[in-house]
Amino acid sequence: MLRVQGFPNRLGVRGWVGGGRWGMERYLYTLHRLTGLGLLAYFLLHIVVTASRALGEGAWARAMDTVSGGVFKVGEYLVFAAFAFHAANGIRLVLVELGFGVGRPIEPVYPYKTSLDAQRSLAIGALAAGAALAILGAVELLVLR
Amino acid sequence: MMRDQKLWSWHVAAGIVILLLLGLHMTIMHLDATLKFTSLNPAGGEPIDWANVAARGKMLFFPITYVLLLSAALFHGLYGLRNILFELDPGAGLKSAISVILIVSGLGLLVLGTWSAVASFDLAR
Repeated sequence: MLRVQGFPNRLGVRGWVGGGRWGMERYLYTLHRLTGLGLLAYFLLHIVVTASRALGEGAWARAMDTVSGGVFKVGEYLVFAAFAFHAANGIRLVLVELGFGVGRPIEPVYPYKTSLDAQRSLAIGALAAGAALAILGAVELLVLR
Repeated sequence: MMRDQKLWSWHVAAGIVILLLLGLHMTIMHLDATLKFTSLNPAGGEPIDWANVAARGKMLFFPITYVLLLSAALFHGLYGLRNILFELDPGAGLKSAISVILIVSGLGLLVLGTWSAVASFDLAR
């Protein structure tokens, strides 16, 4: 029976920061994790705060007053920007996981090419889509409101 | 190991559900003025104004999709956190403790969020 064996993580958290020769995609991986952790922290609080709507208008108004003001407005935008990046990069990761955009298998002939070369345009596209969404959010959350 | 492969597939599937439903949520709550998507904020003003919250709460579509989004996002987020923590090579006992804590807190939040969606639907009607 095929047994898949994991490798020990000798670098620990430090391994997240240094991309080494892995290039841009390695830093997208780090940013995907950081935004994921930030979104999870926000989401868990969001569930608790928005549960107040079940208690009626007064409880809802008190909860919304607690999370209003300049700091929360900036925080709300940071959450939106994290969502924009995490969503766009997540689409890229799903596409790569399913084998799209990774290039065709080729003979290992010098000068060597890697699958990452083929994936680069997908990474740039994901970053551009995330940035466009983040700018749209900035217009709405920081300018129009 | 096979169990982890299945959980990873569910993690990806949950991500796709989140992409659709959270995309809709963000459009209604945070991009309504820019995208002129105001039909689900019928009272005007801010999407978080009580009149708009109550108006959306009356529609059966919202409690159903809230619970679906809540389930998908809790699984996706907590399973992602579990993977990150497991990569730091905790011992077997600590791994079990992490899994239990994440499952119990996830189920607790799922119950709270589901109660809130159902109760606010009843309240709005």
